[in-house]
Amino acid sequence: MTSTIEAFSPETVAALEQRIEGLEKRIERTADSNALNMVVFSGELDKLLAAFVIATGAAACGMRVSMFFSFWGAASLKKEGPQTGGKSIVERMFGWMLPGGLSRRKLSKLDMLGVGRQMMVREMAKKNVATLPELVEAAKELDVEIKICEMSMSLMGIRPEEIIDYPNMSYCGVASFVEQSSSSNTTLFI
Amino acid sequence: MITERKVDLTGLKCPMPIVKLTKLMKELDPGEALTATADDAAFCLDVESWCNSTGHELVRLEDVDKQLLAVIRKKDSPAE
Repeated sequence: MTSTIEAFSPETVAALEQRIEGLEKRIERTADSNALNMVVFSGELDKLLAAFVIATGAAACGMRVSMFFSFWGAASLKKEGPQTGGKSIVERMFGWMLPGGLSRRKLSKLDMLGVGRQMMVREMAKKNVATLPELVEAAKELDVEIKICEMSMSLMGIRPEEIIDYPNMSYCGVASFVEQSSSSNTTLFI
Repeated sequence: MITERKVDLTGLKCPMPIVKLTKLMKELDPGEALTATADDAAFCLDVESWCNSTGHELVRLEDVDKQLLAVIRKKDSPAE
């Protein structure tokens, strides 16, 4: 047995060690497949509420939860307030057309220029349904991970400084989403 | 020894009752029980699923006139 090991050159041993290390890291990452991965493509209030109710509920039930925000979803995570400087004219226009603020999201149906939205918000308050900012707070506390599509950010000229403050957040691309998805037993598109 | 703690989840709507339970459970020692009262209609089935998912034991679940009472015992910590 010893002689067999000695027969390997130091380079081969080093290469094998590197491979083992890589595989160990991979196992570590994928060991817990009880995970929920989400694409949040939409930026409307109702769809974001659904996304965050599912995310916080799953995290409370012990799942690892990761949300990947793309397109209108990415734009919906902007804070309220003025745009940062140094943008092109088209990027500024995107900024005007897509104002930030979690509590200013429109409904995908029955918004009626804000009338339906106000009725919905009032009913939610009356019936003690958690608001979007409250659900985002709960997601923070439950360590739900947020990933934001870098391509959407640059396409619409959104700067990281304009995004809400969230501890477990990163900017990435489709490969990160796919890797997350392959180690999660559930993936949703909202 | 089992000591009992209480929490009132009345008025909270899905998913807040289980979110709150999750936070409270972290403060309990293994084997300790928590008595929760709630009035969210979804809580009846949800607390059962939540216990199935998390491994905590649902000792008792009562529905008296839409007032729900659940007793949950925290699971033993995983073997060290």
